[in-house]
Amino acid sequence: MDVQKLITIALGAILINNFIFSQFLGICPFMGVSKSSETAVGMGLAVTFVMGLASAVCYPINKYILVSEVIFPNAVDNLKFMQTIVFILVIASLVQFIEMFLQKTMPSLYTALGVYLPLITTNCAVLGVVLQNVQNDYSFIESVVYGVTGGLGFLLAIYLFSAIREKLQFSENPKSFDGFPIALVTAGLLALCFGGFSGLNIFG
Amino acid sequence: MTTVLIALAVLAVLGAVFGAILGFASKVFAVEKDPKEEAVLECLPGANCGGCGYPGCSGYAAAVASGKAPVNLCAVGEGPVAAKIAEIMGVENVSVVRQEAVVHCTGGGVDHTKFNYLGIKDCLSASLVAGGPLDCAYGCLGFGTCMKACPFDAIHVKDGVAVVDHDKCMACGKCVEVCPRHIISLEPFKTKKHVTIPCSSKAKGPVVTKVCTDGCIGCGICAKACPKEAITLVDNLARIDYEKCVGCGICASKCPRHLITVDDKPSTFQPVPKKAEVTEEAQEPKVATETPAPTMTEETLTPEIAKAEGEVISETTQEAKKEPEVVKTKETLKDPKPAEDTSKVE
Repeated sequence: MDVQKLITIALGAILINNFIFSQFLGICPFMGVSKSSETAVGMGLAVTFVMGLASAVCYPINKYILVSEVIFPNAVDNLKFMQTIVFILVIASLVQFIEMFLQKTMPSLYTALGVYLPLITTNCAVLGVVLQNVQNDYSFIESVVYGVTGGLGFLLAIYLFSAIREKLQFSENPKSFDGFPIALVTAGLLALCFGGFSGLNIFG
Repeated sequence: MTTVLIALAVLAVLGAVFGAILGFASKVFAVEKDPKEEAVLECLPGANCGGCGYPGCSGYAAAVASGKAPVNLCAVGEGPVAAKIAEIMGVENVSVVRQEAVVHCTGGGVDHTKFNYLGIKDCLSASLVAGGPLDCAYGCLGFGTCMKACPFDAIHVKDGVAVVDHDKCMACGKCVEVCPRHIISLEPFKTKKHVTIPCSSKAKGPVVTKVCTDGCIGCGICAKACPKEAITLVDNLARIDYEKCVGCGICASKCPRHLITVDDKPSTFQPVPKKAEVTEEAQEPKVATETPAPTMTEETLTPEIAKAEGEVISETTQEAKKEPEVVKTKETLKDPKPAEDTSKVE
């Protein structure tokens, strides 16, 4: 196992290819649940949790069913084109399952994440992470690391944004900019800042 | 063709498997909920305002179902909801006294400022700068922190002072919590007319007259006038004990500052038709003034007399303006006139 590659994937997912600021995935919860930093952190943690698990679950389904060399000896015949729809199915069921599981076994974690879990069912950041795992030919460990750190990148982004939005409430904006427009402008400026990381070259 | 069939088959199998897992999980991981809790939750308005002191309606429903909370805490749903919950829980319903938020400031001091505040438009941050821009240390700052906190859009800043919209107020208490001046409080609206002293100033009389056109000077005339002894003076400020107040409005007619207000409460009381009102206005007031005040208990306060009382107030306040000798306290004797003049201008 190449630790160096894992660190590269992790830093890349958190800073350089941040899911929100450079890939523009998961914008819906990013704008919707960022009004206070408390809820933003809850949402970020839930996304991290689900992204890690989804990466772990989707990897074997992809490898042993969709592009299995045993079932489809001829690579042209495999079900690669089905990845998107199958992954959506998997993620949706997984989230539902996690919700039920948490409610029964870990009520405290359920009360912390429970409200946000259903919101993630169709979150494109989660779908994005599993699709990218496949596209980048990541191994199982690499997939999970990419999923978890991608979620951490989401957490960082939504927390930063919510902290700014809390301050933004007290600012005096032109009337036409008040509320959502100024939040979008702020998100754009934050994305520009994160653009600065794109020059980072990890490990030569 | 075979690819399509395989694809369909794979998707169908996957869907069936996940469906089976979820169905199985819903049985295995089913959390037993108290059916009462769900029934209670259905009765609640679902505003999740937190006015009951529990985190949202579901939190309150859980507390009620487990017997930890009384059935009548929901201020939004009031009586009907409490009755329903009581029925579910098999408890005798306790009547809910309707409460509403009241801002204890008239905004009479908005023109008297120490400095021009240009900072963040928020009451808390404004109050941190040398005690706020107002000369009156107790007055409403008017930056609308309460307005932002209100989940029902029931409080608005008008002419520099927060005003509660009594039709919309649900007494959730959010504004009471956020006001850095602590001038908003929940008051029980139980009498036919609600009497309020819209001032929070604990400053002495002369100070108040300098910084405000209507503030309470602590003269105590209302306390003496009150037939029920419901008004007491604490820290130079008259306070109404709503346990005793019957809403007769005599204090309002006697107040030399014309501060005490008597409100109709249209939300729960049938308004008297306008025509009747006009005729009563013409005939009744004098009779009503002669009615001995102490006999005005809640039972005798029929809508008609109450109506007349309302008119009396406007009459007698005018009288009071003409005859400032009613005012007996030293502070007010010094300069009752200038204060009144400014109030007229406003």
